[in-house]
Amino acid sequence: MMDLLWTQAVFWALVGIALLVIGLYALIVHAHLLRKVLALNIMSSGVFVLFIALARRAPREAAGGADAPAQVVPAPPDPVPQAMVLTGIVVAVAATGLLLALIVRLRSVAGRTTLDNRADD
Amino acid sequence: MILPFDTRLPPDALLPLLVLASSLLPGLVIFFLAEQRVRLRTLLNLGGASIKLGLVAWMLWGVYHGRSYAARLPLVDGLDLALEVGPLSLLFLILSAGLWLVTTVYAVGYLEESPNRSRFFGFFSLCVTATVGVAMAGNLLTFLLFFEMLTLTTYPLVMHRGSEAARRAGTVYLAHTMFAGALLLAGTVWLYVLAGTLTFTPRGFVADIAETRPGTLTAIFALLIGGVGVKAALVPLHSWLPRAMVAPAPVSALLHAVAVVKAGAFGVVLIVYDVFGVEQAAELGVTGPLALVAAVTILYGSLRALFQDDLKRRLAFSTVSQVSYIVLGVAIVGPLASTGGIVHLVHQGIMKITLFFCAGNLAETLGIHKISEMNGVGRRMPWTMGAFSVAALGMIGVPPIAGFITKWYLGLGALEAGLHWPLYVLTASSLLNAAYFLPILHAAWLREPTTPWAESAPGARPAAPAADGTRWPLAGWWTRPETGWLLLLPPLVTAALSLLIGLLASSPFSPLEWSLLIAEREFQYP
Amino acid sequence: MRWDPGGLDWTLAVVFLPLAGALLCFLVPRRAAPVGLGAAVLTAAATFGLTLAVLADGVQRTALGGWAAPLGILWRADELSVALMAMTATVGVAVSFYAGAYFRDEHTERAFFWPLWLLLWMALNALFLSADLFNLYVTLELVGFAAASLTALGGNAAALAGAVRYLMVSVLGSLSYLLGVALVYHACGTVDITLAATRMGDAPGAAMHAATGAIIAGLLLKTALFPLHFWLPPAHGSAPAPVSALLSALVIKASFYLLLRLWLDMLGGGRWLAELLGVLGAAAVIWGSLLALRQTRLKLLIAYSTVAQVGYLFIAFPLSLAGNGAAWTGALYLALAHGLAKAAMFMSAGSLIRFGGHDRFAELDRPVPRLPLTLTAFTLAGVSIMGLPPSGGFIGKWLLLESAFRQGRYGLAAVVLLGGVLAAAYVFKVVGHAFTPGPREHRGLRVPAVMEWSALLLAVGAILLGLGLPLLRPLLQVGPESSGAGSAAAVGAWG
Repeated sequence: MMDLLWTQAVFWALVGIALLVIGLYALIVHAHLLRKVLALNIMSSGVFVLFIALARRAPREAAGGADAPAQVVPAPPDPVPQAMVLTGIVVAVAATGLLLALIVRLRSVAGRTTLDNRADD
Repeated sequence: MILPFDTRLPPDALLPLLVLASSLLPGLVIFFLAEQRVRLRTLLNLGGASIKLGLVAWMLWGVYHGRSYAARLPLVDGLDLALEVGPLSLLFLILSAGLWLVTTVYAVGYLEESPNRSRFFGFFSLCVTATVGVAMAGNLLTFLLFFEMLTLTTYPLVMHRGSEAARRAGTVYLAHTMFAGALLLAGTVWLYVLAGTLTFTPRGFVADIAETRPGTLTAIFALLIGGVGVKAALVPLHSWLPRAMVAPAPVSALLHAVAVVKAGAFGVVLIVYDVFGVEQAAELGVTGPLALVAAVTILYGSLRALFQDDLKRRLAFSTVSQVSYIVLGVAIVGPLASTGGIVHLVHQGIMKITLFFCAGNLAETLGIHKISEMNGVGRRMPWTMGAFSVAALGMIGVPPIAGFITKWYLGLGALEAGLHWPLYVLTASSLLNAAYFLPILHAAWLREPTTPWAESAPGARPAAPAADGTRWPLAGWWTRPETGWLLLLPPLVTAALSLLIGLLASSPFSPLEWSLLIAEREFQYP
Repeated sequence: MRWDPGGLDWTLAVVFLPLAGALLCFLVPRRAAPVGLGAAVLTAAATFGLTLAVLADGVQRTALGGWAAPLGILWRADELSVALMAMTATVGVAVSFYAGAYFRDEHTERAFFWPLWLLLWMALNALFLSADLFNLYVTLELVGFAAASLTALGGNAAALAGAVRYLMVSVLGSLSYLLGVALVYHACGTVDITLAATRMGDAPGAAMHAATGAIIAGLLLKTALFPLHFWLPPAHGSAPAPVSALLSALVIKASFYLLLRLWLDMLGGGRWLAELLGVLGAAAVIWGSLLALRQTRLKLLIAYSTVAQVGYLFIAFPLSLAGNGAAWTGALYLALAHGLAKAAMFMSAGSLIRFGGHDRFAELDRPVPRLPLTLTAFTLAGVSIMGLPPSGGFIGKWLLLESAFRQGRYGLAAVVLLGGVLAAAYVFKVVGHAFTPGPREHRGLRVPAVMEWSALLLAVGAILLGLGLPLLRPLLQVGPESSGAGSAAAVGAWG
């Protein structure tokens, strides 16, 4: 069962990394700004999943009592990363909101939803 | 909070700082004066210049009696901003302070009624501040600081007229000087890293490095000389100088005689004598190439001068050539040659400024810019052309004018060092000088006027020529001067000085004696 | 909480004063300017107080809410943070006065500028004070949001596009940073910097390497080091002038500060990584300067100049490998001087735009006689950017060069020198055209004196920094002795 838990952690870590990579690819390749925002969200999710997966602590040796032998017990997951991920989700939502507001404004001012590639006006 | 350095000012530090302040403070105030406050501005200018000259004279007296003046401020770890006044500094200081006063008088007259005078005189004062800072520099870092400040303060002067031509000239000027600044900085930092100090010391401070890393030291020498050589107009780094002639005449006078070019030549002197030590440099084998560069510059400058019709451009190339006399004197290893080189700092300054003052008078009063327009002008402006003639003869090397003294000592120095080729260079150069100056004198004095001149004499009462238009009545010159007094007096003063300095060269206070003193300190006698 | 008997807790003041100011400005938009100015001055005063406290008593620590690390948020003000906070305060006050005059006639922009700017200042101060990795993530994001919103203030298409790109880049950089933080936590079990540094030795190597890579990549993106600089010119070039000043002078320094802090205190210098940063820095100097030279618009020119100046900061990384702190001091001094000088430059550009209606500097009609103070400010700021003496930029450049020549790194020295020459080229390109008349005669609009003087005073400050190294030395203890304990030894080393 220990191995199963560990394999779970590794699995979710890989999922996180895959999301990251997919998101990065989408961010770079797609020109439409909404798609870029979605890509950023996917990347954020990837990082959060990775963070949580890494939160699984290694199973530890519980000190044996006088009668029971020492045994390996699964450790409860670390709460600190979960707190950090919650903060991260809030930040991501705020960022998405701000981005969408700017994009809507850009659409109404310039009529486009892509970034121009020229560096100057 | 305890400051990391001592804030009490030792009394001997006060004078150098006051010398700096005497042009810095008036300059800063002048920037904020309205254009029409002519009297206040002139008062500040002349007041500052006179005070500076007085302070320098005081320091001269003090140094003569054995005092020393120095001021320091910590700048970067281990290095200070150091001002130190010794015999060599004083030579340059007296030249700068004296000629600044004269040029200020001239500039006030020249720029009457022209726009942006407050800006001009503000930067004028800052430029002189930088020049005296260069003169008083006690280590290579301080020298670098004021040297670059000189570039920055002269740029607006070159740009003064605000025309496209001025902008292009300014761009060329900066391209050269910024590049030079990079070379100078590279050499300075590298030297500091190797030597641990940058303080100017007679006979140099690189003896230890010369034994261990001669190749690096040679590279550093090249970087340093390249850095100052641009301002000193060594070939092939000289092309900014003729282009800068687009600036008003007081600027050309200042640039050529006092500030920029002299600072460059002064830099060469400092590097060879007080950084490397002339005998050390000779051992390193760098004096030979330096002498060669000097010789090439002397000849090239004179040759180019021959083919210029524009008067200021001819004078510009003459400067290129003449300043390298200083470098040649420095590069020939021997006390007599050194004397000749060092004293030419003063002689060339005084003679060249006279020539530029006169060129400015011709341009302002009669609209003459080209030599071909100068026929017969000697009769119309006899005093100006008289001063011009004295200075030109001095440049050629006619005794007893100051220029002759220089060439005499350079020649003797070459013989003392056992070299013959400098004599050929000196002779050729004198012949070329004659070839491009004598025709001007001939045209001015002995030819009939051919081109009609635009008559506008600033500041002079409108004076009509004699009825038949041929001979200008010399009698009555004091009621009807040929041009404004402010424009006439400075060249007369400097021409007279160049004559006097030559005549009185062997008296104890002459620049020549002073230079002999300086040169002696640089050589080790068994 | 640590109470100074007879003194305030400055670390709280420097964060909560601008926050309170921002909220107040938001609530009373008509009076936003005076309130904002007042808050700015107070924050600057608090920063000054904090600086004095750190110089007198050493590192100041505050645990928010009384919760100690590693679970609570600890704020820590040491010499490095205080140096940057002081620079932020100096630039901040000057830009505040400038913006007061700049936005006088624009109601919307004025109403939103002040709260956003004060929030940005709060976020910057919080960033400089944070001592654990996650808090730094939060403050990084705050800075990014505030900065992007400020960029969009102009309201036109270019500003909005620049802001969107900026925000996306900011979020991407923070994500990469967060990934690194996650890996650090996994490897070391803590996000406190000091604790993590002690546990790093026992941590699995692969995780730490990945963490280092992720964190540095994220911060490099935010600091706009070549080749990740693409977002900077459009953002800085299309924002209103006061905002550009803040972005180039302050926001860029925040992520650089973070990178420097983490490099010194935790991540340590891998040799090849330091060399890579040096190479990228050198490329940034050359590339940024060349592109700046090609620009016809003044604000874009100044923005590309920032790209180049950032490169200088990274050249210090390979130079620091030999161990003595001179390269770091040089980079830090360059950062401080650049903050003042670049802000002054953008402020001057704003004045010129106000005067001429556009920023194509070759077509401006003789600004020199009519805006002498502004052009003087621009030139003096340029002197610091070029690294000419006497200026803060020169001192920084000198220290870098000294370090380079001492170690025989002639290539890096050559790049530093070449960068100076190129900077002179683009600065004087502008100044030269400022003397000459434009294609049409132009009367020129009036520029408020406050705008001209604030730019000039900042530029003069950058020059005076050139004389201030002995005075500021206690604030610049960076490097192996950066915790303050070795400051006596460090002073002794400089003699």
